[in-house]
Amino acid sequence: MSTNTSIIEKQEKEEQKTNNMIMSGADMVIQALLDNGIDTIFGYPGGAVLPIYDAIFQSGKIKHILVRHEQAALHAAEGYARSTGKVGAALVTSGPGATNAVTGLTDALLDSVPIICISGQVPTFLIGNDAFQEADTTGITRPCTKHNYLVKKIDKLAETIHEAFHVAKTGRPGPVIIDLPKDIQFAEGTYKRPDEIKYDKYQPQIKPQESQIEKAINLIISAKKPVFYTGGGVINSGKEACDLMTEFVRETGFPITSTLMGLGSYPANDKQWLGMLGMHGTYEANMTMHDCDVMICIGARFDDRVTGRTDAFAPFSKKIHIDIDPSSINKNIHVDVPIVSDAELAIKALMEAWKKHGGNKNKTELENWWKLIESWRNVKCLSYKNSEEEIKPQYALERLREAIKGRDDVFVTTEVGQHQMWAAQFLPFNKPNHWMTSGGLGTMGYGLPSAIGVQTAHPDALVIDISGEASFQMNMQELGTAIQYKLPVKIFILNNQWMGMVRQWQELLHGERYSETYSNALPDFVKLANAYGGKGIVIEKPSQLDEKIKEMIESDVMTIVDVRVSKNENCFPMIPSGKAHNDMLLSPSAEEIKNAIGAAGKKLV
Amino acid sequence: MNTEATQSVYGEQIYKESKDSHTLSILVDNEPGVLAKVIGLFSGRGYNIESLTVAETDHDKNLSRITIVCTGTPMVVEQIKNQLGRIIPVHKVSDLTIKGPHVERELALVKVAGRNEDRIEAIRTAEIFRAGVVDSTTDSFTFEITGRSDKIDAFIKLMLPLGLVEISRTGVAALSRGKEKS
Ligand SMILES: Cc1cc2nc3c(=O)[nH]c(=O)nc-3n(C[C@H](O)[C@H](O)[C@H](O)COP(=O)(O)OP(=O)(O)OC[C@H]3O[C@@H](n4cnc5c(N)ncnc54)[C@H](O)[C@@H]3O)c2cc1C
Ligand SMILES: Cc1ncc(C[n+]2csc(CCOP(=O)(O)OP(=O)(O)O)c2C)c(N)n1
Repeated sequence: MSTNTSIIEKQEKEEQKTNNMIMSGADMVIQALLDNGIDTIFGYPGGAVLPIYDAIFQSGKIKHILVRHEQAALHAAEGYARSTGKVGAALVTSGPGATNAVTGLTDALLDSVPIICISGQVPTFLIGNDAFQEADTTGITRPCTKHNYLVKKIDKLAETIHEAFHVAKTGRPGPVIIDLPKDIQFAEGTYKRPDEIKYDKYQPQIKPQESQIEKAINLIISAKKPVFYTGGGVINSGKEACDLMTEFVRETGFPITSTLMGLGSYPANDKQWLGMLGMHGTYEANMTMHDCDVMICIGARFDDRVTGRTDAFAPFSKKIHIDIDPSSINKNIHVDVPIVSDAELAIKALMEAWKKHGGNKNKTELENWWKLIESWRNVKCLSYKNSEEEIKPQYALERLREAIKGRDDVFVTTEVGQHQMWAAQFLPFNKPNHWMTSGGLGTMGYGLPSAIGVQTAHPDALVIDISGEASFQMNMQELGTAIQYKLPVKIFILNNQWMGMVRQWQELLHGERYSETYSNALPDFVKLANAYGGKGIVIEKPSQLDEKIKEMIESDVMTIVDVRVSKNENCFPMIPSGKAHNDMLLSPSAEEIKNAIGAAGKKLV
Repeated sequence: MNTEATQSVYGEQIYKESKDSHTLSILVDNEPGVLAKVIGLFSGRGYNIESLTVAETDHDKNLSRITIVCTGTPMVVEQIKNQLGRIIPVHKVSDLTIKGPHVERELALVKVAGRNEDRIEAIRTAEIFRAGVVDSTTDSFTFEITGRSDKIDAFIKLMLPLGLVEISRTGVAALSRGKEKS
């Protein structure tokens, strides 16, 4: 009898083996990644992930991009994810590998990017022992991930990875880390496919409540000074959501503005588009927000860069807020009609309701509203004083804009600083998922690795990292990655020899005492590019811009363009800290600025 | 309560709304790290915990109940609940204070060392409060008292002059009244 069962068991085991269901933990990782649609992973090896690297080697099914620093692996995964709408994947070793990943994880958390990161861990029996390269990874990453796991049993592994994917991409997307002790990578167990797992644990609400849609549409159809304020959530929701939103906005004829993260969800070449809002947004966008009577916020989170002084934020308005995450609603600003829903589903419901009610009939009032908006537009807040001798950063970007006009295969990433804001102001964003920037965390060093991730996903596209000379140096080791994988990313450095954004604040708020913000000892960027086997271009005069930009675009290797721009240019318009939307600074007049920021404003970031 | 959480980032205005105490009942998966996630949320976002209790309540479904008493303006309390709801192993967050009638109980052990009249007075007070003696020596008592937190506070206050040595409190456990689940 017992021999019989053991024979049957043995047979079953053999069968499972031939069906490849029994495998090592390391093989399970590969299988689970493949089963969840991952074919590319960004990573860096080390002792605690050797079994997984061995499985990568042996399976040959996953493309591994070897970065030069784990932070870059996470940013590359972010770029990959943002530009494809898929989940990005990273693999790092224990201890220093995991701690290096923390900045990238936090970046992805604040910008709602779906990421799976697998980190090695010391074997289960050594956890807690201060073992070699041990760090409490789940402890360290708790506040900087959407969720994290420490897998201590092989039978939980496959299930955990599948659940991690579900968590990363469902609801408000975010990074999830799976900490995997080395003995579990070696252990053998039975693999479960994603469709064998139940995900009832985490099922956020994604459908709008009908009664809330009704309340919202009543405000929308009776609005006289409406505005759409949209954000990264629409892009998170997907291309379909962006298309539907565009259709709905056109149908209503209302003005629309977006946050830094929402750029591209609505075509910037459209006449209803007001440009970005917020601290460095356009005059027309901020004035429209301030004076509106109905605000329709979709997938944006009333960030402090956007609201300015909260008690003076759109004071005459009723606010509708569509967000998939209830904690984004009523966090900074009280809203009148909260709608917890996926953006796409909510927009669909609003469109139907709009049709049912026959739209907004306040024709004259809307016309007057547009007239007012036009008068704000006529201020031409983005104008700047150009020069024949010096390259103005804005002008460099305008020439770049000209050079890429009409192309829809251009992806732009940025670092953090003035150049990031100018890129947001001056480059055309007509499609979603073509603009990658670190908004929430504001991570210098994000742009180059992110561009590497984007180019990996879109090998034939034109991928440009708009950069500052200081930010670039934070992850410039990734030039090696770009060369190794023949990724022809372009690094367009607006080199003003200063940490420009910080210098600007020192000028405005700290009596022009430029403490430690000069970019001293800069490398020769052309030589640097050459040293890695890439191309280097320097642009010193405005008249060279067009020709050199063309040269950059035509280059088929990693290319650094060192654009020597004027050193003291400031980024305007600007809502000074502690001020309201209608208190914008337009001109770089120093006197005006010094008077503009009060003592309370000075304390803010 | 940390005021920063209720202040605008622009510092100038402070919301004049009043702060209330809320009792939250949170059903979570009983797995490692959940408590750290809940507590970390409070410290990370500057919310205040007045009392916290946690224990497994459903062995088969592997669930624990965390009961937290916290204070804040209505907007902050709403944030706390929504932020708790974002934690993946959190199944349900109920605000018992808003939901209506509920029972709240706490247990405390109170050690008192006194002689003569103080000793007699301590015993007498304990009787009034229906506190039991769980340990006694010739010169000390340890009382066990259950009830609402304010009752325990009152008891402790009375024990103070009678030779109070130390206290151990469980924190609040709570459920809604009636047959419905909390
Ligand atoms: C130097 C610097 C200056 C900046 N200046 C500005 C500025 O002038 N203007 C500006 O706008 N920003 C600026 N930012 C960026 C700013 O810090 C924030 O990152 C940004 O405003 C947030 O964008 P968002 O509101 O679209 O939210 P995101 O961070 O994109 O969040 C998305 C929101 O949508 C929700 N969501 C996610 N998925 C869905 C879905 N499927 N359906 C519905 N909702 C969903 C989420 O829950 C979240 O609330 C600046 C950043 C830096 C570094
Ligand atoms: C990792 C990190 N450290 C510090 C900062 C603060 N910071 C914001 S912008 C900036 C200067 C950026 O300089 P640069 O890259 O040259 O860009 P510019 O503003 O000159 O265009 C600094 C230091 C940051 N955002 N990120």
